[in-house]
Amino acid sequence: MTLDALDTATKTALFEYLLRLGDDALILGHRLSEWCGHGPYLEEDIALANIALDCLGHANALLGLAGEVEGAGQSADDLAFFRDAIEFRNVQLVELPRGDFAFTIARQFLFSAYAHLLYEGLRESTFEPLAGIAAKAYKEVSYHLRHSSEWMLRLGDGTDESHRRTQQALNDLWMYTGELFEADDVLHALVEAGIAPDVPAARSRWKDMVTTVLEAATLQLPPEPPYMASGGRTGFHTEHLGHLLAEMQFLPRAYPDATW
Amino acid sequence: MPEVDVTKDEILAHLSEVKDPEVPVLDVVEMGIVRDVRVEGNTLHVDITPTYSGCPAMKAIADEIVRTLHERGFPKVEVHTVFREAWTTDWMTEAARRKLRAYGIAPPPERAGEANPGMIPLTTVAVPKPVPCPFCGSEDTRLTSAFGATPCKSLHFCNACRQPFEHFKGI
Repeated sequence: MTLDALDTATKTALFEYLLRLGDDALILGHRLSEWCGHGPYLEEDIALANIALDCLGHANALLGLAGEVEGAGQSADDLAFFRDAIEFRNVQLVELPRGDFAFTIARQFLFSAYAHLLYEGLRESTFEPLAGIAAKAYKEVSYHLRHSSEWMLRLGDGTDESHRRTQQALNDLWMYTGELFEADDVLHALVEAGIAPDVPAARSRWKDMVTTVLEAATLQLPPEPPYMASGGRTGFHTEHLGHLLAEMQFLPRAYPDATW
Repeated sequence: MPEVDVTKDEILAHLSEVKDPEVPVLDVVEMGIVRDVRVEGNTLHVDITPTYSGCPAMKAIADEIVRTLHERGFPKVEVHTVFREAWTTDWMTEAARRKLRAYGIAPPPERAGEANPGMIPLTTVAVPKPVPCPFCGSEDTRLTSAFGATPCKSLHFCNACRQPFEHFKGI
């Protein structure tokens, strides 16, 4: 299926969906890039920068496609740099400050396991341009998941201090994982059309993946929190996103025609 | 404007002069980055596919393709990025693999595109085969980091000749 074959309602839902996926990748990529030059040692500094680059590549492709679907002439850069926090559709999980290394790795692990499921299914999307992007992204998030899984193992089964910090990070992050599996009308419509995979239905697979690694790492699955954070998909964000955007968007907003 | 009169092979011959800025011994054709070339009226279209989604070299490569073809007398050139099928190191030619090795980078394994999926979950991952050292050929090597100076490379160390080396990852 190509863009011309989509009706208006599907296009509207698809634009929204592409913003969600693109914003997740963009904001996570930004958080990871904050480690550049601050990584715990050279190889890990390079690894996090590489993963950040992959995420920004996904964001560029997804937001570029979003602009095409919307048909109002917005480029990937327009969408990344000239929207305000309330217009962003990312989950709150990815906008939380990077914290210590354990927090960054635990978040990356939880998100990569989700992204792996997402892109795995999205490769079969009936919307060809999206299936193409997903086929590429799937290979890359496989590396991300492996990398973060190995770190979970090392940190969890490492020293008392690394174990304590990683467990703490998991406990703190768990209430932000519910958003990854929220379903609404936008998703229902796209699942119906064969454009998006039903990721919420695969939540138990995600939990199995996560549990397998946590057990190997001697970490505990966090207790169910009293409530799950929600709102990112409809523009309600933590106070951290505004600060992140201020930094990320300053240059293009101050000098809109800047090129390099 | 007159129609462009050129064969596909001639265009590919021109494009084989465009090198990967990160690995300058390889050209974009033998890497499998160039997916298709075609002439429509007076315009030359070149489809390229990124090695990695965020590879910063892709912009430089696209610019270089346009510049090179302009120099060869084609005024209108359009470069398109296509994602599907996803690029795999399996598309790299045998000559490209030889050049990589001679350059000191261990080439990707053959048919990595088919073999790749076993990355996860952690406890079911097959232990990857050691990458032969590009300097001495020894298989007594170890992975130092799955990520290198560019997204396409990983870092290794040869226990035999005590040399660190890079490997073009199979994907």
